Amino acid sequence: MSENLESVIEKASILLLKGATTIIPPDVKEALIKARDGETNPLAIAQLNAILENCKLAERESKPICQDTGLIIFYVSLGENFPVKGRLKDILRRATVKATSEIPLRPNAVDVMMHKNSGDNTGRYIPWIEWELVPGSDELTVTAFPKGGGSEAPCIAKVLSPSQGLKYAKKLVVDTVAEAGAKPCPPVSIGVGLGGTIDVAMKIAKKALLRPVGVRSNIEVLANLELELLDLVNSLGIGPHGVGGKTTALTVNVDYAHRHPASYAVAVAFNCWAARRSKMKIYPDGSVEFVTHKILNEWWR
Amino acid sequence: MEYHLNTPLKEKDVRKLRIGDIVYLSGLMITARDAAHNRVLKLLASGEKLPLDLNGLAVYHCGPVVRKLNGEWEIVAAGPTTSARMESYEAEFMEKTGVRMIIGKGGMGSRTAEACKRLGAVYTIFTGGAAVLAARGMKRVVDVKWLDLGVPEAMWIIEAENFGPLMVAIDSTGANFYADLKRRVDKNLMEKVYPKIGFK
Repeated sequence: MSENLESVIEKASILLLKGATTIIPPDVKEALIKARDGETNPLAIAQLNAILENCKLAERESKPICQDTGLIIFYVSLGENFPVKGRLKDILRRATVKATSEIPLRPNAVDVMMHKNSGDNTGRYIPWIEWELVPGSDELTVTAFPKGGGSEAPCIAKVLSPSQGLKYAKKLVVDTVAEAGAKPCPPVSIGVGLGGTIDVAMKIAKKALLRPVGVRSNIEVLANLELELLDLVNSLGIGPHGVGGKTTALTVNVDYAHRHPASYAVAVAFNCWAARRSKMKIYPDGSVEFVTHKILNEWWR
Repeated sequence: MEYHLNTPLKEKDVRKLRIGDIVYLSGLMITARDAAHNRVLKLLASGEKLPLDLNGLAVYHCGPVVRKLNGEWEIVAAGPTTSARMESYEAEFMEKTGVRMIIGKGGMGSRTAEACKRLGAVYTIFTGGAAVLAARGMKRVVDVKWLDLGVPEAMWIIEAENFGPLMVAIDSTGANFYADLKRRVDKNLMEKVYPKIGFK
């Protein structure tokens, strides 16, 4: 049973990666269409049309949306009663190797010290897995988050002094977006993490990017901050691929952790227009539910 | 204006192009990212020959997704990578190889703009991330060199067919679309954004 379940997890993870890299999440697609329809700058419309046409071709031909198929990151929520635990890391690693040759993905894992590309998207600590243990649950939830390099370059984390606080946190966000310009492939998605230590701030900024475009924080003060930051960022006028226009960011998603009395950590994380993420649930009986990419449920059967 | 050009590009044709113009490119081009730029310059500095005469060709900032079918390489997805990473190499690269068109995304800086003006070359952009669309303009892989650098960093020699639309972002007068953008964005930052969050 457990061996069968392991094989189900591996196969489903390959399909999950295929969905993540070849099909734009529906919420992102909708936001891109909305941006195109609300745009008046002809250069920006041309860029958004090219983006949408590319997404259509990629989905139809089952090819990666972008040639940079990312460094492979998984977010795993493991129910404490799910039967497979210790072997999950090996399973996800094997799925990554197989997905790389089957889809195919670009090999993107480079040894920092040896300057050598491993050729199969695995390496030291890679694929990276963010673990969460879910008490009382018997389900496994996996989100594949292939992370491209271009929108990683402008990410920043800084510890401000509490006296600077939110005012300077906002400045860091707008300054970072302005400095990034066209480089992270706008319209971008932006995750902002406040508080914690510097690593915690970046982790929650990244995790905020898992939230679908258009879904605001359920904490009112954060939801308002998200709208304020989105408005500020979009008044910079960078626009799709820097050609100008209304939409520099599709969304700004904010989360926070309690902070140390002496520090005010801020992290700003970017995703390119192709905000790739794909989520599935696996149940102890081996049934699989693809959550973000419903079409994968048809392919799975 | 819209142009259909073939490589090897002639200086007089390239000098006609202005920022905002659209180009569709056919003929040989190569891909080169950081590592390939570095290798080209090192080989030339030590007096060695390149595997291909790059004079008049286009260099595409791209690390493609490829697969091998029946012994032939196929380009699966091949959008542009961020050109800014190549800024430190590009002026010298253009001067020493004679390439007349750089293709990438996200913009390049003043050294590249100066080289475009002096040498009669242009920097053009393809929509970032539009990798399947880009691959449609890449008819076949002619050869690949330096696979020891890894697939993304290798030098792929490609035959392009109506590869585009490429938008001219730096022309041979030295005009730079992205330098203008930066000025506009900085102005918006100072005048529209900072006052709203309590900065002057």
